[in-house]
Amino acid sequence: MRRVGVFVCWCGSNIAGTVDIEQVKAAAAKMPNVAYVEDNKYTCSEPGQAAIQKAIKEQKLDRVVVAACSPRMHENTFRRTVGGAGLNPYLLEIANIREHCSWVHPDKVAGTRKAVDLVRRAVYKVAKNVPLQRASIDVTKRALIIGGGIAGIQAALDIADAGQPVVVVEKTPSIGGHMAQLDKTFPTLDCSACILTPKMVDAAQNQNITLMTWSEVEKVDGYIGNFTVTIRKKARHVDTTKCTGCGICWSKCPAKVSSEFDLGIGKRKAIYVPFPQAIPNKPVIDEKNCIFFKTGKCKACQMFCPTGSISFDQKDELVEEKFGAIIVATGYEQWDPSPYGEYGYGRYKDVITGLEFERLVNASGPTEGKIKRPSDGKLPKDVVIIQCVGSRDEAKGIPYCSKTCCMYSAKHAILLEEKIHAHSYVFYMDVRTPGKGYEEFYKRATEEHHATYIRGRVSRVYQKGDKLVCLGEDTLLGKKVEVEADLVILASAMVHQNGASKLAQTLGISYDQNEFYTEAHAKLRPVETNTAGIFLAGACQGPKDIPETVAQAGAAASKVISLLSKPKLETEPLVAQVNEAICSGCLWCKPICPYKAIDGKVVKERIAGGKTIERPVAAVNASLCQGCGACTVACRTGAMNVLGFTNEHILAEVDALCL
Amino acid sequence: MEMEVLNLTAVGPAGPAFAAQVGAEAGTNAFSCYQCGKCSAGCPLSYAMDYQPRQIMRLVQLGLKDEALKSSTIWLCASCATCTTRCPREVQIAAVMDTLRAMARREGYPYKERSVAAFHRAFLNGVASGGRAYELGMILGYKLSTFEMFKDIDLGLTWLRQGKLKLLPERIKGSASVRDIFEKVRKLEQEEVARQREGRPAAHEGMEGHS
Repeated sequence: MRRVGVFVCWCGSNIAGTVDIEQVKAAAAKMPNVAYVEDNKYTCSEPGQAAIQKAIKEQKLDRVVVAACSPRMHENTFRRTVGGAGLNPYLLEIANIREHCSWVHPDKVAGTRKAVDLVRRAVYKVAKNVPLQRASIDVTKRALIIGGGIAGIQAALDIADAGQPVVVVEKTPSIGGHMAQLDKTFPTLDCSACILTPKMVDAAQNQNITLMTWSEVEKVDGYIGNFTVTIRKKARHVDTTKCTGCGICWSKCPAKVSSEFDLGIGKRKAIYVPFPQAIPNKPVIDEKNCIFFKTGKCKACQMFCPTGSISFDQKDELVEEKFGAIIVATGYEQWDPSPYGEYGYGRYKDVITGLEFERLVNASGPTEGKIKRPSDGKLPKDVVIIQCVGSRDEAKGIPYCSKTCCMYSAKHAILLEEKIHAHSYVFYMDVRTPGKGYEEFYKRATEEHHATYIRGRVSRVYQKGDKLVCLGEDTLLGKKVEVEADLVILASAMVHQNGASKLAQTLGISYDQNEFYTEAHAKLRPVETNTAGIFLAGACQGPKDIPETVAQAGAAASKVISLLSKPKLETEPLVAQVNEAICSGCLWCKPICPYKAIDGKVVKERIAGGKTIERPVAAVNASLCQGCGACTVACRTGAMNVLGFTNEHILAEVDALCL
Repeated sequence: MEMEVLNLTAVGPAGPAFAAQVGAEAGTNAFSCYQCGKCSAGCPLSYAMDYQPRQIMRLVQLGLKDEALKSSTIWLCASCATCTTRCPREVQIAAVMDTLRAMARREGYPYKERSVAAFHRAFLNGVASGGRAYELGMILGYKLSTFEMFKDIDLGLTWLRQGKLKLLPERIKGSASVRDIFEKVRKLEQEEVARQREGRPAAHEGMEGHS
């Protein structure tokens, strides 16, 4: 016989207004195992909690039911209360008679009846509860950041500042990301490099930060506090400890190829640093284009290298590192607008993307900041900017708004007018400027720089002489319009990073239909993933501009700092458990587990006749398990149970409600 | 707007220049308009207009001068300034209409609403000669130029009987000064027409962000 205490809360008039407390108390008193019933105006208040503790001691209660608000609200509060009185905190059940009852039922008679049912359910369940213990695990005091753009750099600096070591893994030869490609940044028009490069240098010089460029994450094992990550250090063919970054090698290299960093507008060599301010300022050899790797002859770089840093037989290297937490900051890619045949991207040289324009207008870009159009190098007079290219287009592009294009298009219009007095015609569907100083910036483009904004999508771009004619409708005027442009800029969408879904699978985190990583809660847990210990920063979670990215990176860093500063981590005991005696070892549960918490193992057992056999069973990693229960549903023999929500518990609840 | 497709670049630099000129003359910034339509929605005469006030602002922004100056809207505008009062961007829309009327007149555009223009002229003629409104003279002038001699005649007779219409014009003390003002405006307008004919830059050009 249990001794269950039932505590019915009024929640002021929130519950008492719709539920007859006295009737609930009377009904509860008659339920099996119930030894004590009490009501309280506010059970969560200090006197309310003290009353529970007093009753546990005086009435010798061994189980507690609190009939109050949602367990989301106060389950932890009451677990502490119960624990404080010497009971195991998991010998508590909450009957939610507020959100599930008084708030949704206007009728007091029916509301009271339902409250009684909910209390009975909890009383039946709590009788089956057993004491559960929290386990504690060690934490590796080191963070991994995947991606060395502004998000990764900011997060690394913040974590390092808190005194914790960080490793940044970046797949390209330099950190900096897309921000390094930009010219000016909205809405203040300060130069992107001027605010980014000092941060890059800080990251390189910080004792707590290790930069691993030209490297990729290959494999992730383990769980919060204890990740084991395999990182592929791609063969650089340059010994970075000897190399001084003098630049003789790339000046001597005879192989010219188009530069990824300049989006094909400029050229680079086969041995190269992507841009002059690159960090580390040490080159890599691009094996695909290196003449030696193609023909076996050349080695010009090696011959001229004054420090003897170049080696052609370097191989990719796999290193295994331990981390306590991971921040994913892999960023975005610009959408390739080729599917819009009608805009002629790829067919007309003077139809370029927004990011390409950034390189064109950038002082350290291939044209040294002179806005020469690609076809003939002339300065454009009339420029058409087409917004929402790819964005908000389910037919050819993506359904969402890329969020940054309205602002960078306004920026382009301002720069064009300011630098070369070119007149911009901006075709838009809506102008969205939600951000501090953003609307004012757009206003500046129209009022001070006289950019002509035309509401409508361009239907077609075609060549006429050396002009590109853009046809569209001014939907505000209700007339078809055409503009004879010298240059057309497509404000192309922001899409997920190449291979985003593959990395998500490696990490065991979820992603949405657009391959952006999913946060644990859209509003309240925006930088966490559903996998404990893995956090998100920047545009890998969705299109974002620089201020928002930096803010999110700081938030993710603070989560990591608080995680790594704990001496030990406590794990929630409400996790799946295998009854190995009846587990058939089919491992159906393994692929169903969203957290990669289940693996197979082999157990030895003696069977009738004294023989010892080996057979496979499922094994749950309690640190990875989040207690979602998916495996219990999949389990065909009923061997899988979530502690605190076992099949026995559920059946007791069904009995309480239905019998 | 006879042509099917408006070629915006054909307007060329004249586009922004026109908007800047209208803005300068009206004492407002025509580029400020973001086409929300609040002016049109509240305009008591918009039902009779060929272009809504918002569309006139758009024509000005795009530099489509002919369309704007040939519209009925600029003549039907009663200058009640409801639009100006309500404009979230503080564009002086009524002043823009006034400016466009003045431009249409001085550049010899045909009036889309002849009778409205005749009414304005009759009124101003009276003010110009006597320094204040002369109702009877104005009515006669208006009727002569519109050939609608007998319209509203009973209303006129009632006014005469009640002494609302003076038979002879009244002069104010400073009528000479008023005449001078009219003369000065006329001269300024002629200079402006000459300036445009010779392609000289306007006085306001190079001014930015005036509002």
